[in-house]
Amino acid sequence: MSAASAPLLEIHDLHVRVEDKPILKGLTLTLRAGEMHAIMGPNGAGKSTLAHFLAGREGYVHTGGTVRYKGEDLLALAPEDRARAGVFLAFQYPVEIPGIGNQYFLRTALNAIRKSRGEEEIDAADFIALVRKKAKLVEIDDAMLKRAVNDGFSGGEKKRNEILQMAVLEPALCLLDETDSGLDIDALALVSKGVNALRDATRAFLVITHYDRLLSHLEPDFVHVLAAGRIVKSGGRELAQELEARGYGWLEGAP
Amino acid sequence: MNEKAPPTPPQDAALDAALNRDYEHGFVTQIESELAPKGLNEDIIRLISAKKSEPEWLLEWRLAAYRRWLTMTEPRWQNVTYPPIDYQDAHYYAAPKSKKDAPKSLEEVDPELLRTYEKLGVPLHERARLAGVAVDAVFDSVSVATTYRKQLAEKGIIFGSFSEAVKEHPELVRKYLGSVVPVSDNYFAALNSAVFTDGSFVYIPKGVRCPMELSTYFRINEKNTGQFERTLIIAEEGSYVSYLEGCTAPMRDENQLHAAVVELVAHDDATIKYSTVQNWYPGDKDGKGGIYNFVTKRGKCAGRRSKISWTQVETGSAITWKYPSCLLVGDESVGEFYSVALTNHRQQADTGTKMIHIGKNTRSTIVSKGISAGHGQNAYRGQVRIQASAEGARNYSQCDSLLIGDQCGAHTFPYLEVHTPSATVEHEATTSRIGEDQLFYCRQRGLSTEDAVSMIVTGFCKQVFKELPMEFAVEATKLLGVSLEGSVG
Repeated sequence: MSAASAPLLEIHDLHVRVEDKPILKGLTLTLRAGEMHAIMGPNGAGKSTLAHFLAGREGYVHTGGTVRYKGEDLLALAPEDRARAGVFLAFQYPVEIPGIGNQYFLRTALNAIRKSRGEEEIDAADFIALVRKKAKLVEIDDAMLKRAVNDGFSGGEKKRNEILQMAVLEPALCLLDETDSGLDIDALALVSKGVNALRDATRAFLVITHYDRLLSHLEPDFVHVLAAGRIVKSGGRELAQELEARGYGWLEGAP
Repeated sequence: MNEKAPPTPPQDAALDAALNRDYEHGFVTQIESELAPKGLNEDIIRLISAKKSEPEWLLEWRLAAYRRWLTMTEPRWQNVTYPPIDYQDAHYYAAPKSKKDAPKSLEEVDPELLRTYEKLGVPLHERARLAGVAVDAVFDSVSVATTYRKQLAEKGIIFGSFSEAVKEHPELVRKYLGSVVPVSDNYFAALNSAVFTDGSFVYIPKGVRCPMELSTYFRINEKNTGQFERTLIIAEEGSYVSYLEGCTAPMRDENQLHAAVVELVAHDDATIKYSTVQNWYPGDKDGKGGIYNFVTKRGKCAGRRSKISWTQVETGSAITWKYPSCLLVGDESVGEFYSVALTNHRQQADTGTKMIHIGKNTRSTIVSKGISAGHGQNAYRGQVRIQASAEGARNYSQCDSLLIGDQCGAHTFPYLEVHTPSATVEHEATTSRIGEDQLFYCRQRGLSTEDAVSMIVTGFCKQVFKELPMEFAVEATKLLGVSLEGSVG
């Protein structure tokens, strides 16, 4: 088994409830380093549940199946430990933290992750150089770095900020939860550029979206349809185009 | 010269360490104390006055206050509950025993006392010099050391213990004592006026900008000793002073009463900035022990364009009951109140301010941040009164509450009285809860829950912290971390 083909994330027969309602009902999916997978599907299919559950959000009940990340049981880890191990969730609705500077927040996060790896805290000057370099990618200026985290940011600014965080924290597994929602065409191109710049052989992406237009920028390796809590169809990029043209109706009856 | 850059955000590691600490100032210094017998009566007051070799007028002033106090009843309108206080079951005078006279230099100070300050993080000779702060350290009731006196004296600034001021500057003390907080003002102010033992006295002459921040560290040490400080700060025309007050206390089972009085007087174009970080023992998780902090603080903007600014960070005490206030008498005078009050476990706080607008075009700003965690109860109580004479007066009040957990409470009691149509009064209030959303977002970026809470709270308090002198801002942030320990499960 070559290193390139070792699975980064293996989800097997995953069942998850929210309160009494089963949401994920036997989901199986494998991501290898270097791959980008897109997940599409109708509203309420469980797409966001999957992203949040993988990141460790409370309120979800695990009722069956396994999730292995780098060969370890991901579900045994607290949310911060998942983050420190390289799991990153780009939020659909990034959260505001008034009074805390964007740059300070990011440095604190980076240092928490470095500390968990036994590394030293990053030098302040090195950090500023790093952030500025990454910020350029998504056209975030110094003023935005100094503003409070997401406080008063526009929808597009919030999403760009998520990509900046991802670029600085350099996770191994990137979960993008409807990162394209609420973006105009220019912002979509900018965010896509930021994501594409992060693609390399060591990293895998799980991109949740409703629309093909994001995927036309990202060119994912695989496209899956999540419906009624399971992957009902998998294919390549052409599947997304077909879905865009035909909708989900023709799939709903599929087993 | 006193312009400070906004404080840099606290270091994560420091917060981390802070969160995992118990109340670290909980120890008792082994020093023999000279104690007055328990109880309160005219003889005790005569004893205190005699111990301090006070002039006759001051003894009479104390006795008048005492007689007034006897006719008053303890206030019960505040939103706090505690068992009745037995005022006869406390010592009203305690002094560390030293040879005969008070020490004149650090070398003469009891080494045990100095070690206490070391433990408190107040190494006088080092910290004072490095930080450029003159420290008038009050140990129980008697001042034991004063530094930087000489440098201040060259500018004509008087900074020392209240007792010394009574001896050396009786005319100033007599002129201003009780001029802002009359003995009859309230129950605890009357009590303080009768039995106060020491405190700080500051006088800034006309046109002088005090070259350093003046700082006093108070510490309650003697078992069952009620402590009654008296602080008086006078800023003459065109002068400026920034005064810092920081407090810690050892761990005790008995509740300890603390009823201080602080009076500030600012003349024409003078500015007084008064900052407090209060870290007295809050009691244990079940509400046992802790300090009762019933304080009267008031500043009088007597002159035109004078300014008084109160900044407080209240994290300690079992019960906090204080309303640093401003009487805006001079035309165009300015009053400010910036406050962070935190209650965790069983702590209770009823705090706020009063802004009384009397002069024309007077302005006041109130920013209050209340944080409640555990079973803590936090009330903001603020009065803005604009008298008919205060044409063109303006007030802005902002009152925000942050809740951590679902067992705590936040209460807001604003009182607005406007008697002139040309006044502008704005009041904003918000209540929010540290949300699961915010916590999850921070944790998803690799922060521990404790660090996430500290960060969110620090952000919430930023408006107030930026008013604090730099070194205090760092300390205040650490204190919040310590005080919030265990608040999120």
